Formats: sequence, structure tokens, C-alpha cells
Amino acid sequence: MGQALGYQVELGSFSGPLDLLLHLVQKHEIDIYDIPIARLTDQYLAHLRAMQACDIEMGGEFIVMAATLMEIKSRLLLPPAPRGDGEEEGPDPRAELAQMLDEYRRYKEAAERLRSRAEAWSRVFARGGDLPADVAGLVPEVELANLSVNALVDALQQVLLEAEEEHGVTTVRRERVSVRVKLAALWRRLLASPDGITFRDLFAPPYTRADVVATFLALLELLRLNRVRVRQEHAFGELRIARAPTGSAAVRGSRTAYHG
Amino acid sequence: MTDDMGEADLTDALECLLFVAGEPVPAARLADATGAPPDRVSEALRAMAARQEGGLQVAEVARGWMLCTRPRFASCVERLLHIQPQRLSRAALETLAIIAYRQPVTAPEIEAIRGVSVDGVIDTLEARGLIREAGRRQAPGRPILYETTDEFLRHLGIRDLAELPQLEG
Repeated sequence: MGQALGYQVELGSFSGPLDLLLHLVQKHEIDIYDIPIARLTDQYLAHLRAMQACDIEMGGEFIVMAATLMEIKSRLLLPPAPRGDGEEEGPDPRAELAQMLDEYRRYKEAAERLRSRAEAWSRVFARGGDLPADVAGLVPEVELANLSVNALVDALQQVLLEAEEEHGVTTVRRERVSVRVKLAALWRRLLASPDGITFRDLFAPPYTRADVVATFLALLELLRLNRVRVRQEHAFGELRIARAPTGSAAVRGSRTAYHG
Repeated sequence: MTDDMGEADLTDALECLLFVAGEPVPAARLADATGAPPDRVSEALRAMAARQEGGLQVAEVARGWMLCTRPRFASCVERLLHIQPQRLSRAALETLAIIAYRQPVTAPEIEAIRGVSVDGVIDTLEARGLIREAGRRQAPGRPILYETTDEFLRHLGIRDLAELPQLEG
């Protein structure tokens, strides 16, 4: 189609189907409110074919618009439906398209004015303007006005303290806090304390929640194996844990088993 | 600083403040800092903005006052700081214009005007700080509303939205 060749110059610069349509309308000085729809549709389709031929990426919206144009064109070809006495003609099938084009044109022109405004202002720099706005937003704000050396040292100590706590947690992860290890430790303590230890003694700080749980499970395990006894002298009194009278040899054996 | 600061002193003080701020400062904050009455501060700022000499200018931007360079030295500044002017795509600009004039506005409403999907473009504009979310439209699907930011005003070098060029019919 020879007509298509004339359009290939502007290929690829359209931000959407309305942009392309508006370009065609303005280029051919078409009145938006009296669009020669058949001619415009042909030119639009010629443009799409040229864009396809040049492998220009084209959103599905361009195809949808082509369908819309052809629909309007076919509706115009139909004879107007006969209407009742004296009523006005039905709405022009082109009206909606005209309205869309007009509204789009207003914002396209507004966008151009914003662009020239922004371009003029892009030649003006503020202090520190070397950081692009999107990067500058990532720089944390630091307030140094009221900072004393003491405050800094305090802050450092706080951080070190927290790091230590953090470290404590990391070193007592799964492989370190095992019921097996706690059981062995508990047994050793019971061996060293013939009179037994109090329940509270089981949990000597520093301990973590995992330590408490593992130690408690170790105690339950020793109870299950009949290796320890837990006594309470009086109601709500301190719990005392001591070796069961049966001796320790068997437990040594089971300790080895636990370590396995 | 005291109330009885002379005109020249007030101007010099304002210049200091705008220099250290490096971004738009509302006149009220400048009045607080100098201790001068707000109307005297505004008057002094307007006089400073009207000056033509020097490499720096005082401009009213994003509801504040800012000390910035004169455009005619832009190429020197760009060479010194290796600045590549950033440009928005046509699609981004059209979307930004619709948001600027119709705010707050939803993506479907923008798409109705532009005739194309705007999701990617909105992400770009949001990432550049030119627009932000402004709640949701009380409509089916509760779509997100968008509005422009102060960064948008700074991008254009305008005081507020009222200074936007008129949307022509």
C-alpha cells in the first residue's frame, strides 16, 4: 500500500493508540468532531502494518483501537434505525472517540508544557544537587547537634551489649542446646552434689528460653529413667532434685547412649 | 537574632539559612530562625528573589524558599558534578500530567484517558518520588488513588499546584 510509506517516518514514537490517532488527525487537519472514519481507519491500519513490518513493539491496545475504529466504521455504514415521530437521530457513533481524542489531546499538551517547565528548571541546581532525588532519599538522616562523646560511648556500649546477647543466641542454636548435653550436665551436677540441688539451681543465668526447655526435658528424662528423685518438703516449697539411691553406673551407660 | 535586625542583616541572615538548608524552607521557619516578623521576612525574600546579579538566585519552590543556581551556568555545574539530565518518557510525562491535573486519581481513570495500561509508568513515577498513594477510591475494587508530591513541585520549580500551567480546553 503506497499510502503507508508516507507514515513510516514517525514510527515508534507513539505513547499509545490515541497518540497515533491524534497524530493522524492533526497531520491531516481533520476536525475531531467530524472525523472521516473510513479514511482515518485506513491510515491507522497502514500505520500498524508498518510498525509490525519494522518489528516495533506494539501493545495490545493498538489492536483494540483498530477494532474500535472498524466497529465505528461499520456502524456508520448501517442505515439509521427508523425512529418514532419527531425524535432526534441516535448518537453519532464517532462521538465517544472524538471525546476521548479531545481529552487525550488536552493532557498531551499539558504534558508538553510540564516537560518544557521541567527542562527549564533542570538547569537550576540547589546545594547538594549532585545526589539525584531518588538516591538522596536513601541517605539516612543523622542528627549530630546534641551528640556528646559520652552519649556516643553509651551508645557503643549498648550496641556491644546487644551484640553479645545476639551472639549468645546464635551460639546456643539447635546443635548446642540439646537435651542430651543438658542431661549430661545435670547428671554431673547431681553427682557433685550428694544432697541434691534445687529446681531453681537448674537454671543458672545466663540462660535462654531454649536452655530452660532443654534442661527441663533432661530432668523429665532422668525422672523417666528413675535416676533422680524430686522431693518437695512442704506445699509450695522448693523442689529438691537428687540422685536416686540406685547408683550411677547405669546412668553412665545411658549417658554414653545419649551422646551417640 | 533579634527583632531589630536591619534590612541588610536580615537579608544576609536569610541567605545563610537558605544556604545551609539546601532545600525549600517555608517562610514561617525562616521567621522563627531569624526572630524577625514573618511579613518582614517575606518581604525580604521577595526582594532577594527579584535580584538579577550573582550566580545564585532565591526562588519560591514547593511552598518554601530555596537558594539555587542560575540556569545560565547549568553547563558548568553539569561538567563539575558529571550530571546527566534525567528525562521522563512521553508515557511517564502524560501520566504525570493527568495525575497533576486530576489528583487524586486512580490508575483505571488514567488509563481511560491515555488508552494504554499505566502500571509500569506509575511505578516509575512513584520510584522517582514524583507521585505517591493517597488512599483509595470508595468504589468497587477500592482502587489506589495517586497524587503529586513536593518533589513534583521541585521537579518543575513551582511554588504549589495553583502555579501549574492552565489546562487548556
